[in-house]
Amino acid sequence: MADYLTTLCLIVVLAPLTGSMLAGLFGSALGRAGAHWVTIIGVAIATLASALVFKAQVFDGAAVLNVNLYEWAALGGISFNIGFLVDSLTATMMLVVTFVSWMIHVYTIGYMHDDPGYQRFFSYISLFTFAMLMLIMANNFLQLFFGWEAVGLVSYLLIGFWFKRESAIFANMKAFLVNRVGDFGFLIGIAAILFYTGSLNYTTVFAVVPSLTGTTINVFGNADWSVLSFICIALFIGAMGKSAQVPLHVWLPDSMEGPTPISALIHAATMVTAGIFMVARMSPLFELSEAALTFILVIGATTALFMGLLGVVQHDIKRVIAYSTLSQLGYMTVALGASAYSAAIFHLVTHAFFKALLFLGAGSVIIALHHEQDMRRMGRLSRFMPFTWLTMLAGTLALVGFPGTSGFFSKDAIIEAVHLSELPGAGYAYFCVLAGVFITSLYSFRLLFLVFHGRDNVDSHAKGHLFESPPVVVLPLLILAVPSLLLGLVAIGPLLFGGYFADAIHVAPAHDVLARLGEDYHGVLGFMLHGLMTPPLWLAVAGFIVAWYCYQLRPELPGRIAAASGGLYRLLLNKYGFDDFNQAVFARGARGLGGLLWRIGDVRLIDGLIVNGSANSVRRFSGLIRHAQSGFLYHYAFAMIVGLVLLLALFVQDWPALLAQYGLMQPR
Amino acid sequence: MLSNYLPILIFLIIGLLMGVVMLALGFILSPRRPDAEKQSPYECGFEAFEDARMQFDVRYYLVAILFIIFDLEIAFLFPWGVVLDQIGWAGFWAMMVFLGLLTVGFVYEWKKGALEWE
Amino acid sequence: MSIDNLSLLLPEIALLTLACATLMVDIFSNDPKHGPGYWLAQLTLLVTAVLVLVTYTGDSQYAMAGMFVSDAMSGLLKFAICIISLFALFYSREYLLRHDIIKGEYFVLGLFAVLGMLVMVSANNLLTVYLGLELLSLSLYAMVAIHRDSSSASEAAIKYFVLGAIASGMLLYGISILYGVTGSLELGAVAQVLEGQSDYPTLAIFGLVFVLIGVAFKLGAVPFHMWLPDVYQGAPTAVTLFIGSAPKLAAFAMAIRLLVDGLGPLLPDWQQMLMILAVLSMATGNLIAIAQTNIKRMLAYSTIAHIGFLLLGLVAGNAGGYAGAMFYVITYALMSMGGFAMIILLGRKGAEADQLDDFSGLAERSPWLAFLMLILMFSMAGIPPFLGFWAKWFVLREVIQAGFVWIALLAVAFAIVGAFYYLRVVKLMYFDEPREPDEPQCSTPLRTVLSVNGLSLLLLGLSPGLLMSLCMAAFSP
Repeated sequence: MADYLTTLCLIVVLAPLTGSMLAGLFGSALGRAGAHWVTIIGVAIATLASALVFKAQVFDGAAVLNVNLYEWAALGGISFNIGFLVDSLTATMMLVVTFVSWMIHVYTIGYMHDDPGYQRFFSYISLFTFAMLMLIMANNFLQLFFGWEAVGLVSYLLIGFWFKRESAIFANMKAFLVNRVGDFGFLIGIAAILFYTGSLNYTTVFAVVPSLTGTTINVFGNADWSVLSFICIALFIGAMGKSAQVPLHVWLPDSMEGPTPISALIHAATMVTAGIFMVARMSPLFELSEAALTFILVIGATTALFMGLLGVVQHDIKRVIAYSTLSQLGYMTVALGASAYSAAIFHLVTHAFFKALLFLGAGSVIIALHHEQDMRRMGRLSRFMPFTWLTMLAGTLALVGFPGTSGFFSKDAIIEAVHLSELPGAGYAYFCVLAGVFITSLYSFRLLFLVFHGRDNVDSHAKGHLFESPPVVVLPLLILAVPSLLLGLVAIGPLLFGGYFADAIHVAPAHDVLARLGEDYHGVLGFMLHGLMTPPLWLAVAGFIVAWYCYQLRPELPGRIAAASGGLYRLLLNKYGFDDFNQAVFARGARGLGGLLWRIGDVRLIDGLIVNGSANSVRRFSGLIRHAQSGFLYHYAFAMIVGLVLLLALFVQDWPALLAQYGLMQPR
Repeated sequence: MLSNYLPILIFLIIGLLMGVVMLALGFILSPRRPDAEKQSPYECGFEAFEDARMQFDVRYYLVAILFIIFDLEIAFLFPWGVVLDQIGWAGFWAMMVFLGLLTVGFVYEWKKGALEWE
Repeated sequence: MSIDNLSLLLPEIALLTLACATLMVDIFSNDPKHGPGYWLAQLTLLVTAVLVLVTYTGDSQYAMAGMFVSDAMSGLLKFAICIISLFALFYSREYLLRHDIIKGEYFVLGLFAVLGMLVMVSANNLLTVYLGLELLSLSLYAMVAIHRDSSSASEAAIKYFVLGAIASGMLLYGISILYGVTGSLELGAVAQVLEGQSDYPTLAIFGLVFVLIGVAFKLGAVPFHMWLPDVYQGAPTAVTLFIGSAPKLAAFAMAIRLLVDGLGPLLPDWQQMLMILAVLSMATGNLIAIAQTNIKRMLAYSTIAHIGFLLLGLVAGNAGGYAGAMFYVITYALMSMGGFAMIILLGRKGAEADQLDDFSGLAERSPWLAFLMLILMFSMAGIPPFLGFWAKWFVLREVIQAGFVWIALLAVAFAIVGAFYYLRVVKLMYFDEPREPDEPQCSTPLRTVLSVNGLSLLLLGLSPGLLMSLCMAAFSP
């Protein structure tokens, strides 16, 4: 069984990699169709194999697979391995990643139809799939870090996919830099783990960490920190970068410069959830530090509410969804903080489907309007694009948590879990997630009304070519709509309350909010009925009503409100000033500091004195000793004799004894 | 230990004396009646027609080197012949291998034309 | 007289026989230019390599009344020498064809040189060491002079010959002193006598200095390196490539045989001598290389620097250090071969591409070749993940574990100085304008073999454990 699973896992990983290599290296030889066929087949194989792994893990009850495939290097007793850890958590993630990726591959055929970088694009997204799979299937921190950086790299490449656009280059640079900040924390966390446990293997580390509870570390000054809190917070800073939590969220909205399939695959469904996945994977670690959990809870709650608010004022259709993604990632993070890891993963899964659906729907709209993204120039599109409209509607319902849809179950579970949490800051978090529901509903329906209903603002030129998107675009939408609507019904029971993740996620009894939630859980219908009586649903309904009133009934109202609110509106429009602050303080500050160091440190000290100075002296010196190499044979022979004499003089110290041996001197 | 080398020292001294004494005797005892023909430089049957440091034909060296190789072979063969009854078949075949290698070299130089003057 | 364990010599016997056969076939062939000499030579090397594998047992066995030894180290080194020479002869042929100076003798000389190397590797007697060394050296002298019409090659050959003769003389003198001190020529016996008696250390050290010089000359350690830049530059690139690859492995083996097997009891003394030579070599090699404009000469000085690093492994003075040095020398041979092969590839008839400028803008002319050269240069500079990094790492680790931290620091400092001129080549290739726009012309086999050569540095660098464990096994008792 283990061999069978290992083989399957290898197939899962290598199939997309092969596809990517073929499309990337031989793209011009394969042609456009060839490139999309090899990558789609590669990912399809991976999806199939993932499904088999999923079946073995979840339905056939296979044991957790933990194998080291290859020892990359062994240094000082620590071995660096490449290996797989496949349990229910990994299997679930594998299936989600490969399936969503597959859908997006298909969709890309339509979306990128006329793009000159067609083959390159397919190569990148397959490479991304490979990297993401390496990340989730890792059984050690090194491989996790490899996958982590690799997905970051592909994300960078894809945000700047249209590398001739100034804004795309700016955005990918920004994503790269912000992620570096997070990765710095992540790397410190991994280093601390290696330092304190002497291993990078998950199982070994998890076995050792409970013994570290009393250990403290002096970071600076006299502050003694618990080592575990330090490690957890450092790791979580990595997650904040990758999963775009405040204040490292600034790169995600800009990442929308990339092609829409990328926004769907990387910046909504999979890569950004790597941080969530990582914290869930490290649950045995995080459970040991309440300080870290509180930190996570507060950060997540802040992101969930305040990023959602920004979505309300955006005009770019993709940016609205991007802020919605930020907000939903905040929900997942809150769940992690409340120790409801299963709920976080559950929301991750459902979100992957409905957010991919929303993005692809938005993409469908964008192609229909010839790359028009401003919602102020849309409206009443439901007549032209019925399938897109219906599927977007399904996605929106799931996002706002309409009872019965998958989003309803996952989000309600999170809100209930936060409600039950006893950590400091849980009250604030509960308020944020509740208010977040209203905001979510408001911006979601705002988008729907502005795009598909309301006033027709499409310019007449574009209207002439307005058609429903081609089948390769619509088909993935329809397929994704199914799990968006129905997955929650079947999954909530086993996933949250059935011990589904028992082999992967460890929760301390004192924190186990889901267990307490489970005591009141009596089936899907009961959960839905209970939902009817709790505030979230009514908040969502309120959001819908406000959106309907403002954007359908009285479309001139929002402008008046915006004008009246003045400063508040501008604050939102400026995204709370994060970008300006970063630009002014970090970017300009860093450049100023860099310039200063460049002028004084680099040009004068390093270049002038050390580099050029030493280089000059080295050059002068080497020019000098070069003359020893005169080309004359007798000089060379002389050098050898000098060497001989010197060695003799240095090492044969007892000359009298030597001469005595030859009888040339009296022995002493 | 040093006394072991005494015979060698004696050998060296006698050798040196022999050379010096012979030359000295010839110098002292020989009659000296020079004429023009006797004083002319003599060089392997040639008339001396140039500076002594003239250039030799390189083929001259070639022949000399080939000669040395086969000369040494003979120097090697004599002691071998003397002790052949003691070193047995192994010794016999060792020399055959040596001669075989020499033959290979010989064939090579023949084929390359090293043995032809022109 | 008895000849025992002759089967151990099977690879050498086969090599000698086939080399003679190659000579005969070549001399009688009608078309010596494209004659069978080359193919027979490659076949010979292949057969020898296979026989090395077949006769490999891993434990020490003696033959020819103790003159000859076959052990784990000899097995690995012989195999490496055969394979590397196989590559070297391939590259050589491309060069000789291109410059129209191909001769069958070249390959026969190459085979005899390889035979000399194998004898050195398996020597268990001072005279056997000398015999192998002379066979190798004489072949190399002739190979350097193979292009008789080139004045620089003739000059290089005569320099190499005269200096080599001086070094051989010193080695022989050292051997005779050691014989006088110990009364034996067999390495094991020499070590035993020196271990047992402490009456003769002064005279033994006197002999050691001369023997060490013989080794240092062959390796090219400062101050016995003077021949190296002139010969590397003056010789036809094919010969430079050959000299720079497998013979270094043999020289390493000679160092191990003489210093460790024979003069092991004098370790504290030769350790210090090697330390001086190593530091001098790294300093001189790296510093002078910076001032070079001729890439062959630059690689010659880089060789001297690498030799310094290699000697550090011996300085460590234990099995780990020797294994590190062995790893280093094999790595070095691969890198140096690739570097010279690239010069061969870029050259044309009548115009050697041996100036640094010839590499300007190579990335534009041929991205793949530039990438291969980048691998070679990065590997030589010791940048991970290429094999050259692991070689430096391995040696440094052993040196530090042996307690010579300061010397390790010095080595790192010189490695950084060295990185400058390697990276300069990369800079020239990627950032400078090409002097000629057309893509370099080369045959597909040459391109393929060079790619294998270059990528092997990357692939072996990604899994350094393989070669490392082989080297460790060669020195574990």
